[in-house]
Amino acid sequence: MIPELGNFALMLALCLASLQAVVPMAGSFTNNQLWMSLARPLSSGLWVFMVLSFSCLAYAFLHDDFTVAYIARNSNTLLPVYYKFAAVWGAHEGSLLLWVLILATWGYAVSLLSSNLPLDILARVLSVMGIITSGFLAFLLFTSNPFERLLLNAPTEGTDLNPLLQDFGLIIHPPFLYMGYVGFSVAFSFAIAALLTGRLDAAWARWTRPWTNAAWAFLTCGIALGSWWAYYELGWGGWWFWDPVENVSFMPWLVGTALIHSLAVTEKRGVFKSWTVLLAIAAFSLSLLGAFIVRSGLITSVHAFAVDPARGIVLLTLLLLIIGSSLVLYAIRAPVVMGTATYGSWSREVFLLINNIILVVATAMILLGTLFPLIHEAIYGEANRVSIGAPYFNALFLPLMALLAMFLGLATFSRWKKTSLDYFKQQTGKLLLAAVSLGIVIPFLVTAKVNMGAMFAVILALWIIGSIAKDVVSKARNKQNLLAGLRSLSLSYCGMQVAHFGFAIVVLGICLTSHYSVEEDVRLATGESISIGKYEFRFDGVVEREGPNYTANSATIQVFQNGEEYLTMHPEKRIYHARGDVQTEADIQIGLFRDLFTALGDPRGDDAWVVRIHVKPFVIWIWMGAFIMALGGITAILDKRYRSKKLVNSPVLEAGVMQPVLEH
Amino acid sequence: MQNSRKQKLMIVLFILFGSAVTVGLVLYAFNQGLNVFFTPTEIVDGKASTGQNIRIGGMVKQGSLVKDGLKGAHIEFVTTDFNEEIPVAFTGVLPDLFREGQGVVADGYIDADGVFQATSILAKHDENYMSSEVKAALEAGAKKQTKAAVNL
Repeated sequence: MIPELGNFALMLALCLASLQAVVPMAGSFTNNQLWMSLARPLSSGLWVFMVLSFSCLAYAFLHDDFTVAYIARNSNTLLPVYYKFAAVWGAHEGSLLLWVLILATWGYAVSLLSSNLPLDILARVLSVMGIITSGFLAFLLFTSNPFERLLLNAPTEGTDLNPLLQDFGLIIHPPFLYMGYVGFSVAFSFAIAALLTGRLDAAWARWTRPWTNAAWAFLTCGIALGSWWAYYELGWGGWWFWDPVENVSFMPWLVGTALIHSLAVTEKRGVFKSWTVLLAIAAFSLSLLGAFIVRSGLITSVHAFAVDPARGIVLLTLLLLIIGSSLVLYAIRAPVVMGTATYGSWSREVFLLINNIILVVATAMILLGTLFPLIHEAIYGEANRVSIGAPYFNALFLPLMALLAMFLGLATFSRWKKTSLDYFKQQTGKLLLAAVSLGIVIPFLVTAKVNMGAMFAVILALWIIGSIAKDVVSKARNKQNLLAGLRSLSLSYCGMQVAHFGFAIVVLGICLTSHYSVEEDVRLATGESISIGKYEFRFDGVVEREGPNYTANSATIQVFQNGEEYLTMHPEKRIYHARGDVQTEADIQIGLFRDLFTALGDPRGDDAWVVRIHVKPFVIWIWMGAFIMALGGITAILDKRYRSKKLVNSPVLEAGVMQPVLEH
Repeated sequence: MQNSRKQKLMIVLFILFGSAVTVGLVLYAFNQGLNVFFTPTEIVDGKASTGQNIRIGGMVKQGSLVKDGLKGAHIEFVTTDFNEEIPVAFTGVLPDLFREGQGVVADGYIDADGVFQATSILAKHDENYMSSEVKAALEAGAKKQTKAAVNL
């Protein structure tokens, strides 16, 4: 009964979404106030039915209703209750339901928080979101319905959730990631609405910015959580593999980052307008491309759950329709929204342009590296396969990011319109000297070794952090005391500096852990030990242990620090009963300055096992930095200028007139 | 006018320079990161040169895995496409789903003795999944085998 209710709610949601796609849009072209004003109630109705549908599936999961095919495939009575709930999005159908629910949630949020938006713009934005939602709902209902029943021979026990997914990471990683992916649909819808109206001014950028920041912050957290999950759950001790599925989540993030910066220029200076629109289209298109690649079975990886060509074709059609029509619209309408303000050669505009170029080039090379094997296969046939490994991505991505970091420090001091070179010299001279000398001295003093890569990273991080500190202090100094000065800074300025600080932390984390990690895969018999730096790891054998739905080989590893007993670790190898899957469960001691990582490999005769032991300095800084970046994005949203009811710069909007207002 | 023309020239030169650097870097990076996939038959036929970074795929031959008695975390096994066989050597932790009689994909190079020195063995992620590369390799290998039988 409950699953049927969920299915019914899904159908009603599709009806409402189709109405939302058509009616407000038609109203905006015929200037019908009533039709336009239907956008809000429709989007709330859509949201309510999506929540209902999702709750029905969750209810069925919690009550072990194995007559539902999806639940029979992905749950089990022995599964702990929180995983039963998270299993709702543990495979293709349910995760697509979550995806659409989140899409509806963003639409609902726009309708709630848009009191300062003119009705015709709101109608078009919500209509575009309605179009996207109907497309995905149709895909969900007709090709991947999670409520499909097994009416004959329903099993009494489910086949269990993939053990890789039985982890806290599953509970939070996909929702955050989808909030990010799908969140770019808002910026996309704003861009399409702007193209349709031909009206793209500072007010438009101001409406779009908080939504873009929010989506970007979620995506940042989602990617960081995914990387952290891979680090401790996959048992390989790595945190980024340039796996196709990681890449497709990273590309929208890079373009989204470029979009945030380009929106700043569009709002403050009225230039880069058509470029900004293109980035907004690109960010969401890359999110859709990611969904397509992951769900079509084109690429096999840990995430590729639906290997069904029919689904792939439908999804590809949907993708091409959305991307194709938006690009066509862009080609026709972009000249209308051109900006004409000028700027000098060392202005902030130029630095933000450089930021955009670097980020877009990075995206392009990741796209090339990700799709090249597919293109190669399409041309040369299945027998001649190639794959692109991490060295390709590292060789291109790392220099680009180093360049980005260098310009970031410099750009902190730049001014809009024009900055004199003398000013740069005066501001950055001492700072550069300090960053370089400290960057060379500190790593040497700590490790007593010369490591060029690590030194370069420390220099870049100090350069960014130093420039942030100097800029904040000089901005806050004008007030009577520093505290009052800090308080007077706008939240969007603070958010920017916090996010840039987070970037410096990520740079430090990535480079230091890459250069200073010690990674050993060793064969140890009971009683044998291995020393890494000041730590000694003694292998004390393996015992069998029963878990709730698995049996584990649990090892005991005694760790000594400087010869003293320090900690006992228990990495495990688990066999899950339901499917017989084997799963490595690493044991990690997390520390601010280093992680101790142990994972159990395979048995190698007479009591001996292969054990993976890593000492990874600063690895947690990668994720810490990412969360600081997300925090910066959220801080900037809280700036009060996004909440002001006044519509500065756009008197036309208040009149609610329909004709496009062209920029001069 | 003169000035703006100069500026335009600078921009054009900058773009040209940037694209040249990018193309160069991409080509260099491709060289670094590109792994061509080979089947055991293709390697025996001499299609892959010694020392080149390649990827191979096939089945782990039943009974070929040697773990004990070797030094450290070293292992050896034989990979086959049911037509030809290639010995593989590897040091480290094997993925959870590595089994004899199952598909395997490995990155590495062929040494002077014709042994494939694997730098990484790729994990399969679930029980049902066989890498499509391996599947294609096995089908090709089996086809060749039957052809050879027919020719006899």
